[in-house]
Amino acid sequence: MSLTTLRPATTRGRGKLETPSQPKRNLLLTIVTGIVLVYSLIPLIWLLINSTKSQADLFSTFGLWFGHDFNFFENLTRALTYDDGIFLRWLGNTLLYVVIGAGGATLLAVLGGYALAKFNFPGKKAVFAIVIGAVAVPGTALAVPTFWMFSRLSLTDTPWAIIIPSLISPFGLYLMWSFAKESIPADLMEAARIDGASEFRTFWQVCLPLLAPGTVTVLLFTMVATWNNYFLPLIMLRDSDWFPLTLGLNQWNSQAATAGGQAIFDLVLMGSLLTIVPLIIAFLFLQRYWQSGLSAGGVKE
Amino acid sequence: MSTKTTRRLLAGTALALSAALGLTACGVGQDPSKAAAEGGELTIWAWEPTLKKVVEAYEEEHPEVKIDLVNVGTGNDQYTAVQNAISAGSGGPDIAQLEYFAMGQFELSESLAELNEFGADKLADQFATGPWEGMSTDSKVYGLPMDSGPMALFYNAALFKKHNIDVPKTWEQYAAAARKLHEADPKSYMVNDTGDAGFITSLIWQAGGKPFTTQGTEVGINLNDEGAQKVTKLWQPLLDDKMVAPITSWSDEWYKGLGDGTIASLVTGAWMPANMESGVAEGSGDWKVAPMPQWEDGNMATAENGGSGLSVLKDSKNAALAYDFLEFATVGEGADLRISQGAFPATTKDLNDEEFLNRKFDYFGGQQINKVLSDSSANVVPGWSYLPFQAYANSIFNDTAGKAYISNTTLSDGLGQWQKSLQTYATDQGFTAK
Repeated sequence: MSLTTLRPATTRGRGKLETPSQPKRNLLLTIVTGIVLVYSLIPLIWLLINSTKSQADLFSTFGLWFGHDFNFFENLTRALTYDDGIFLRWLGNTLLYVVIGAGGATLLAVLGGYALAKFNFPGKKAVFAIVIGAVAVPGTALAVPTFWMFSRLSLTDTPWAIIIPSLISPFGLYLMWSFAKESIPADLMEAARIDGASEFRTFWQVCLPLLAPGTVTVLLFTMVATWNNYFLPLIMLRDSDWFPLTLGLNQWNSQAATAGGQAIFDLVLMGSLLTIVPLIIAFLFLQRYWQSGLSAGGVKE
Repeated sequence: MSTKTTRRLLAGTALALSAALGLTACGVGQDPSKAAAEGGELTIWAWEPTLKKVVEAYEEEHPEVKIDLVNVGTGNDQYTAVQNAISAGSGGPDIAQLEYFAMGQFELSESLAELNEFGADKLADQFATGPWEGMSTDSKVYGLPMDSGPMALFYNAALFKKHNIDVPKTWEQYAAAARKLHEADPKSYMVNDTGDAGFITSLIWQAGGKPFTTQGTEVGINLNDEGAQKVTKLWQPLLDDKMVAPITSWSDEWYKGLGDGTIASLVTGAWMPANMESGVAEGSGDWKVAPMPQWEDGNMATAENGGSGLSVLKDSKNAALAYDFLEFATVGEGADLRISQGAFPATTKDLNDEEFLNRKFDYFGGQQINKVLSDSSANVVPGWSYLPFQAYANSIFNDTAGKAYISNTTLSDGLGQWQKSLQTYATDQGFTAK
């Protein structure tokens, strides 16, 4: 740790001394980073610019510059009111799935990770193996078996079909586990117990605050996963009243490919923009925790 | 997953079908209008946007009826959903929207209610031939047609005028016009095509070909008959000389191309105007509609492209009520509601209605396009039938015949491969393939 604060007293003939906080400029690296930056930002800029266009301008004007008319607010109003405001309903659905699904997944991951890190019980190694194995299986591969299971339970085409599978996050559990292992000193728990705190109180008042960065990291992970979930709702839901935004936007998009359907590419773009804005806001607010959470456990102390 | 279950299902039912054919006696059904007065609940799976108002009107007229209209996806998405619900034995709708090419698939697996018992067969002369044949087999009615897609030539008249191109009356003239246009402006194409089963089969239909025949469990597939040969002879040189824009229909690039002059014409179904008005706004005033190009000068023969009807599923507990809605939506008040929202009718009464025929379309420069489209509807070549597994057939078109659009394979060889794959599939399903 002390290395980062060390500053060279003198600079000798070899030029500036490299330190982690003041690395030497590398032209190649700067260029490569610049390209990656442009590459990642261009789709966003494109989306932002094209959300201001009418459908006619969308097709007739250059993609990376504004069209003849500025239709941003008109598009916004239309997207929010189209088909009796179905977009707001989809937004509400997505929020529901995220709050209950991702929130619940985070809670379960924190509880489970803490228990696995700090308690010894028979079968712990088996649980570890299963969790590690589950991390390796992509959720998409489990979607179809999950569908059959839910179909038997008559839960398809209900919000539960999205919420229940979203509650399970093996990766979140694994992350919380390693985080809890590193960040909660055994002595501290010992001290709390000696002072007479119950197990619950030890967890709630002593350990949980220490777990905050990890919790936020898992929350962000599960939030993004639930927010962007497409395949699971696609096979679970039929009724568009329960669609999350991802499916709703796809339905809007496919309207253009339907005989007699109304092409609404302008609304699809505005809808996409509205869909990513909440995620961008969440990242801006929580990124400090996100960074410290990810790097936690990376350094041996 | 679904192909395997469908296959088993089809193989089983195909065999059972022949045994069951003699046994289905006509039971006396409940009276539909009585069922409507008594009320009940209906679930409809359909993507057709104009149905929403029809449902509202029906519920207003029959306060005891509650209808849940659900859009579970367009075309194939819907068929997969319906198929899944049928094999699961629950969760399916009472009424499903089916395109004419897809009806046979569900009829064959005995998933659809026969509607003769409600008197549907007496409605035959109220519908245009093409759509009616699409919803019935051997005088058994499995659904009522909702809309139709008699084909016509939609063309960018402004672009034609700019390059001095006359509206082609025959396919020969059409091909010549395609060359003239592309020569005058290399960025402009007469037509786009990247392989579209619906389009090619419609052209074969118009040319008098009958590639698909079904009799009981016997399926005949011949994609090299006289009609098909006419089509490949027309299309191959255009493909060879790159006169066909490599743009896939319904993509955003397609919409863009229709607006900016990259694609100068479309030969497609009568439902197209609604899509053009909403998706190609900048083409307003430039486009016009002409009769479909003919194989023989002076003749008038057309084909259908697309269009769909409503069917009652066999599992429906409210079949009589469902049928009452079908009549309301297709020949009753609902039909007028749908036409007023831009749907193209399948009923002869509406197709010949003065007001309908005389309607001027601002988008098409005030042209009375329904006259052309209705005339096309009256001249559809009769006797066409699709395969009992056409949805599957269309899904493998691009893997076989589609090669002709991207490689050196000729269209006729490609169609041959398609035929071969289809015959293999038919045999696997328990059909006798010819």
